[in-house]
Amino acid sequence: MANTAPGTSGGAADLEALRGRATVLRRHILEMLHEAASGHPGGSLSAVEIVTALYFGGILRYDPADPARADRDRFILSKGHGVPVQYAAMAEAGYFPVKELKSLRRIDSRLQGHPVLGSLPGIEASTGSLGQGLSIGVGTALAARLDGAAFDVYVLLGDGECQEGQVWEAAMAASHMKLANLVAVVDYNKFQLDGAIEDIIGLEPLAAKWEAMGWTVREIDGHDIGQVMEALLWARDHEGPACVVAHTVKGKGVSFMEGENAYHGVAPSDEELPKALAELDVYREALASVEEEAAAEVAAAHRGEVRR
Amino acid sequence: MKDLYPGFTFGKATRDAYGEALRDLGRDHPEIVVLDADLAKSTKSFTFGAEFPERFFNVGIQEANMVGMAGGLAHAGKVPFIHSFASFVILKGFDQLRMAVAYPHLNVKVVGSHGGISLGEDGASQQAIEDVALACGLPGFVVCVPSDEHQMRAAVRAAFEHHGPVYIRSGRPKAPLVYDATPTDFAFGKGKRLREGTDVTLMANGLMVAACLVAAERLAADGVQARVVDMATVKPLDEDEVRAAAAETGGIVVAEEHLVTGGLGAMVAQAVCRLHPAPVAFVGLEDTYAESGAPAALLRKYGLTADAVLAAAERLLERRGSAASSGAARSPA
Repeated sequence: MANTAPGTSGGAADLEALRGRATVLRRHILEMLHEAASGHPGGSLSAVEIVTALYFGGILRYDPADPARADRDRFILSKGHGVPVQYAAMAEAGYFPVKELKSLRRIDSRLQGHPVLGSLPGIEASTGSLGQGLSIGVGTALAARLDGAAFDVYVLLGDGECQEGQVWEAAMAASHMKLANLVAVVDYNKFQLDGAIEDIIGLEPLAAKWEAMGWTVREIDGHDIGQVMEALLWARDHEGPACVVAHTVKGKGVSFMEGENAYHGVAPSDEELPKALAELDVYREALASVEEEAAAEVAAAHRGEVRR
Repeated sequence: MKDLYPGFTFGKATRDAYGEALRDLGRDHPEIVVLDADLAKSTKSFTFGAEFPERFFNVGIQEANMVGMAGGLAHAGKVPFIHSFASFVILKGFDQLRMAVAYPHLNVKVVGSHGGISLGEDGASQQAIEDVALACGLPGFVVCVPSDEHQMRAAVRAAFEHHGPVYIRSGRPKAPLVYDATPTDFAFGKGKRLREGTDVTLMANGLMVAACLVAAERLAADGVQARVVDMATVKPLDEDEVRAAAAETGGIVVAEEHLVTGGLGAMVAQAVCRLHPAPVAFVGLEDTYAESGAPAALLRKYGLTADAVLAAAERLLERRGSAASSGAARSPA
């Protein structure tokens, strides 16, 4: 397997490398959404550290050369509109060339506007109708148990979709079945399309709700990569369904998008993109801290860009 | 019920035969996993669960989660058979059937029991009259409504052998026997001609197949030779059989225990329009819910009987006769 989980959360240098990765993913997200001229930046950017830790922190075991191998861990993006962050991570991980990110949302592209099982190897579920990913995760985790397979199942949920009843059906079922190989992460960025969650249908106390459903919960700062790593390692090893409630900021990393819900589903404009990228200009330092090969590929892809 | 189907012997309810067939299939296929949403004793999935408790999961009253779980199980290599009343698994689970099963085209078998209005006294909330239309609206789904216990057994095996999503509807009451034994020639997408005839075709599924056979017998007494086709598979439709019926018998009466919109009648009408235009008449529920009552009383009140099929056939023949006498072509070449 190309990626196996380390025994510890790694040292300061590893965390610095992950921060670099996170910045690279943010740049990919902004550039691909700008290119597509549509999509959801806010909820993609809020999940960057979570997805970075999963793919590059040694949490997920996966093999881009053999995406369907039976013993891979499964990652299900229940908040399907956030798929740009997953595509960015998958490209960096080697599932497909970085330059293919530019095909996002185009006709005949493998990079559909929301995740599609069967369209792109490495995608584990079709999502985009909110509230459904955890049920698919419960079924997948149950299959692993029936087969005596050792893989784990990670489901990333949006906070808004926790308003869907099906999430709680699945949560109830998972704890009843004592699924030890199932981890839920909630990207708690506090906003949904129409506004602030607490103004629409509030979720608080969210952690207590998961606990009441029989899950063990940890609350973290979802942008502190050290906390994210530690929580995911804990969740992975926890016996029984584990939930990480990650407090995040919608649009994180771009000052004019942070907490600004207008960017829920609006791509950066021609004027906004350079401003956003300039704020992420630690990019070059970040590149230096990731593997040379991946960095070269990323750089080449960026050199090849022609802005209109 | 018996007087609705004179001359017929009654077998088991299709749901009972279903449970036994699933259990038998489970003996040979450990990859089958069965889920139910708290109606296992009614859908008869419990017949499987009693023998294979380690592969049987009652998820409680949560159809949406059950369907999503089935998607996860299927993607991981299992063959899930999932159950509830047809009204609940299809209607409550529809978005999940779309996202977690149909769109990724996963190998999930969906079985809705208590189809139609013949479940009787529990009333309209439990009576699925739109399930076939909805299931037909899921791209890639096979949709099948067996007519009796023997055909149900064949359909269960066919569902397992078909790689992809399947919806099977079963019924609550004991069903008149259309077949003597498990048909060996059963296949999805293949209609079964039960009676030859050249004057009109009666096409049906579920309980309405026996009603059509009764109606054909009465038509024969009047000198009308009606062809009868058991069209258990609504999708994919046996278009060859539909074309032959339109071309060789000049008109089709379609009968189903379902709304006349979106079900077998609609599918047949679409095929007839495309392949060989001819008159088509529909026997089913006309834009209405039913109510509580004994099954036979409900079938009579809502026009799902041999009498209703007979009347529809006579109207169709009359209309065609007057069209022919006024000089119009009986059917295009």
